[in-house]
Amino acid sequence: MSLKLADVHRIALLARIEITDAQAQESADQLNDILAMIERISRVDTTDVAPMSHPLDGVQRLRPDAVTEQPDRERTMVNAPEQQDGLFLVPRVVE
Amino acid sequence: MSATPKPADLAHASLAQLGGLLDRREVSAVELATHFLGRIERHRNINAFLDVRPEVTLAQARQADARRAQGETGPLLGVPIAHKDVFVTRDWATTASSRILEGYISPFDATVVESLAQAGMVCLGKLNCDEFAMGSSNENSAYGKVLNPWDHGAVPGGSSGGSAAAVAARLAPIASATDTGGSIREPAAFSGITGTKPTYGRPSRWGMVAFASSLDTAGLLTIDAQDCALAFNAMLGFDPKDSTSVDRPREDYTRALDIDLKGLRIGVPTEFFAAGLEPEVEAAVRAALREYKDMGATLVDVALPNAALGIPVYYVVASAEASSNLSRFDGVRFGLRAKQYDDLLDMMRKTRAQGFGAEVKRRILVGTYVLSHGYYDAYFLQASRVRRVIANEFQQAFSQCDIIAGPVTSGVAFGFGEKSADPVAMYLADLYTVPSSLAGIPAMSIPCGFGRLGRPIGLQLMANHFDEARMLGVAHRYQAVTDWHTRVPAGY
Amino acid sequence: MTSAWETVIGLETHVQLQTASKIFSGAATAFGAQPNTQASVVDLALPGVLPVLNAGAVECAVRLGIAVGGTIAPRSVFARKNYFYPDLPKGYQISQYEIPVVQGGSLGFAVAPRDGEPYFKTVRLTRAHLEEDAGKSLHEDYRGMSGIDLNRAGTPLLEVVTEPDMRSSAEAVAYARTLHALVVWLGVCDGNMQEGSFRCDANVSVRPAGSQVFGTRVEIKNLNSFRFLQQAIEHEVRRQIERIEDGGRIVQETRLYDPDRDETRSMRSKEDAADYRYFPDPDLLPLQITPAFIAGVQAALPELPGAMRERFVRDFGLPAQDAAALTGSRALATYFEQVAGAVADRKAAANWVLGEVSAALNAAGLDAAQCPVPATELAVLISRVGDGTINLKTAKELFALLWSGETHSVDAVIDARGLRQISDTGAIERVVDEVLAANPAIVAEFRGGKEKAFQSLVGQAMKATKGKANPQQLNEVLRRKLA
Repeated sequence: MSLKLADVHRIALLARIEITDAQAQESADQLNDILAMIERISRVDTTDVAPMSHPLDGVQRLRPDAVTEQPDRERTMVNAPEQQDGLFLVPRVVE
Repeated sequence: MSATPKPADLAHASLAQLGGLLDRREVSAVELATHFLGRIERHRNINAFLDVRPEVTLAQARQADARRAQGETGPLLGVPIAHKDVFVTRDWATTASSRILEGYISPFDATVVESLAQAGMVCLGKLNCDEFAMGSSNENSAYGKVLNPWDHGAVPGGSSGGSAAAVAARLAPIASATDTGGSIREPAAFSGITGTKPTYGRPSRWGMVAFASSLDTAGLLTIDAQDCALAFNAMLGFDPKDSTSVDRPREDYTRALDIDLKGLRIGVPTEFFAAGLEPEVEAAVRAALREYKDMGATLVDVALPNAALGIPVYYVVASAEASSNLSRFDGVRFGLRAKQYDDLLDMMRKTRAQGFGAEVKRRILVGTYVLSHGYYDAYFLQASRVRRVIANEFQQAFSQCDIIAGPVTSGVAFGFGEKSADPVAMYLADLYTVPSSLAGIPAMSIPCGFGRLGRPIGLQLMANHFDEARMLGVAHRYQAVTDWHTRVPAGY
Repeated sequence: MTSAWETVIGLETHVQLQTASKIFSGAATAFGAQPNTQASVVDLALPGVLPVLNAGAVECAVRLGIAVGGTIAPRSVFARKNYFYPDLPKGYQISQYEIPVVQGGSLGFAVAPRDGEPYFKTVRLTRAHLEEDAGKSLHEDYRGMSGIDLNRAGTPLLEVVTEPDMRSSAEAVAYARTLHALVVWLGVCDGNMQEGSFRCDANVSVRPAGSQVFGTRVEIKNLNSFRFLQQAIEHEVRRQIERIEDGGRIVQETRLYDPDRDETRSMRSKEDAADYRYFPDPDLLPLQITPAFIAGVQAALPELPGAMRERFVRDFGLPAQDAAALTGSRALATYFEQVAGAVADRKAAANWVLGEVSAALNAAGLDAAQCPVPATELAVLISRVGDGTINLKTAKELFALLWSGETHSVDAVIDARGLRQISDTGAIERVVDEVLAANPAIVAEFRGGKEKAFQSLVGQAMKATKGKANPQQLNEVLRRKLA
């Protein structure tokens, strides 16, 4: 259950965060401390306890099917790092 | 009704008093805004503010004065406020105190911002905080730490450190903030002011940069409970743009400020007075409880047996939700994009490595791990179950009492760097605040004394869902017979 | 023909729902808009945005669930499927994981294999769940970069998943066509495959014939035509069999079909891509669907194609083949019913709708709902043939006039142009007498055994009556007089 360097690299890749070996080692130590602290939850008997995703009970409200937005591209794309012809530009996507 | 005596300096006035001055035309919104902008400028050293645009503020002030001239009234019309930098605003940048959002301009305002602006509040600017609201000391901001006005060597608390410092230093009479695991209450306690987190879902989350979706709750840092109640009247309400927003009629949160405390049962959780609580904090909190007894309340011992597990549960759930909420910061549509990279994958990895601070990265990694294949059941699912156990214990406690009281923090504000080296030590600072966050119940911190080095101590009050009005009343009654909340640090 | 190998196929179909707005935002879903003009702040995943569920999407899901005989979950949950891609703005897709809105169900259909008799096949459905579509990457060269258009991001999808019940590309295509026809019938999807409204992923594996164990399956993604679906499956089956027979192993992976080369190739994906870290979306509350809601949707449901087919056979006495063809589209079936309801001869109605009407619609590229000939008028036309007023040839000419709009009333034209067929025996006898007298050589040829000569005489008589002779009577009279 203790995280190895390879585990940290795998998690960092899943999370799309570049991490050097040195950083991974430091992360591994810190993450292991955190996980050790978290471990305590396994001691609670939660048989027959439903998981809680929301603190209040409730059901999803439905919105009528209607067009209510006419986005102004000038405003919504104003923060784009790179754009052209109304498209967001990114390094080539290879399938 | 006011619990705060009228002060000499305009900046020391409560929101209620400022409302009165504006109403009687003794001061204009423009004069108030100018006054506070001047103080903000003079006290830049505490680094509470991230984005100040005087021209925009004054334009809002002029508008408020014009509205009043046309006959409009209201306790918030023309009163200045500042917003934590996790609320998006069209007229100021929103960074969530992160490099990854440096210079970001939102095309829309958060509902909280809009609601208070509709009531006539004038925005002084955006406030510093821990990056993406993750932290308990405001040491995790990409734009520098915030100094505690009571002691510049101490943290103001976090994540809403800028909001708390601004109100403590009277750079604004009121500040908006968010509380996910204690981020309003802990800085309120450390900074000697009133900090209130409503019931989850009562204020809208639309326009709040998401940290942990099932925990994030907008709230306020104020000088006293009455000010909070006045602003809650405009701020709390159903928002159809937020699926988790509670569809309940609006309320007058000032209706119970003068509540009769006779017969009120105040629950005192045994687990909150165990080892780890500093004696000086315990002493101040118990003194406050005695004050309540003198006013007619009854103290009742209650049990929250699994409260201590709140911390690990919180760090699983909050990190998991955060790891997913922060995936949108990928350098594609807004925010930072790394300058050099080999390909698309490399661009994303470098952007996020460069844009996120250490604590944010840590929580993303934890969150990613606890959701990952093979670990979900043991971590995330189990934590979600223990969360319900903790929430049920609060319901059990509320069957025996009306309000729960206890400490907010285990000690007074710590010094810079004291806990930042050890993430787990920092997490344990949230011990008393996290359980109520998991249950989604309203909770607040009010000043109840001072500890070593003159640093403030806070008393925590908690109520059951939707019982904010009573909770604010219980706080107000204490503030009517004490003056901790009126103290302003030297030099401010 | 038996093979040493058995093919096992399961299909996952992404059906784009025909709602006006997105599943979680109020932006429009219309196809073909300028890039990012239909991407709201929610669709762009800007900081601070939140999803709110579209009632229309839920209704569509329930409609399909009822139509396939599935169970509608009284409470279903939205989950986040986490992965990074530039056309996935949030870095996660809102989908449903453990508890989907529809569970179970099945689809039955006819299969007509290339070699062999047609047969009926039932495919079981595992589930159908709601989720949002991603945006699009455009690979034209933008200074060496790709362009991202998020108009499609947030369009509602219903993902329909089958059990691995299909055993050939023919079965897979027949299933896909049936599902396609059904979703269009229900008004749940516009069925436009070129625009990406209906996309299939095929899970294909092979195993030795008779084996009970499943082989390793390969997923082939994003097949948006029935032809590609068929070709991709057949290629993949060949590829897998060849590899196994060569001693190799099949790797579980995702492949893309390249129609230009008629081959599947491995997608360039990372090993970690499979860990989606599903968890319930905290921004959305559980979706509750009450029995009352289901009853409401059920009541508004159009009669399903299967039930309609049975009814046409039972009540109109139509052959099963006709019934199947008439229920190919709801518009055609509706049109036919209107015609059939106003005529005595339902078979004639079927013949006309499947014949002249369908041919004209196809030629003009029109849908039955756009047919310029009102059903009532066609009914009149058919009745006039039935009651002997006009003959079939005249009727076809009149149909053309109705179609072009040159005329709007069958009876008016019959009277105006004197098109009544000549059924008066006396008149026909006179014409026949004249024709026989005028064509002694042809008569002699007929008497000499040439049957074709008869048709020639028929033709002459028809011409003499300007096409209006009652063909049956003419035939009868001519035969009698030549006997």
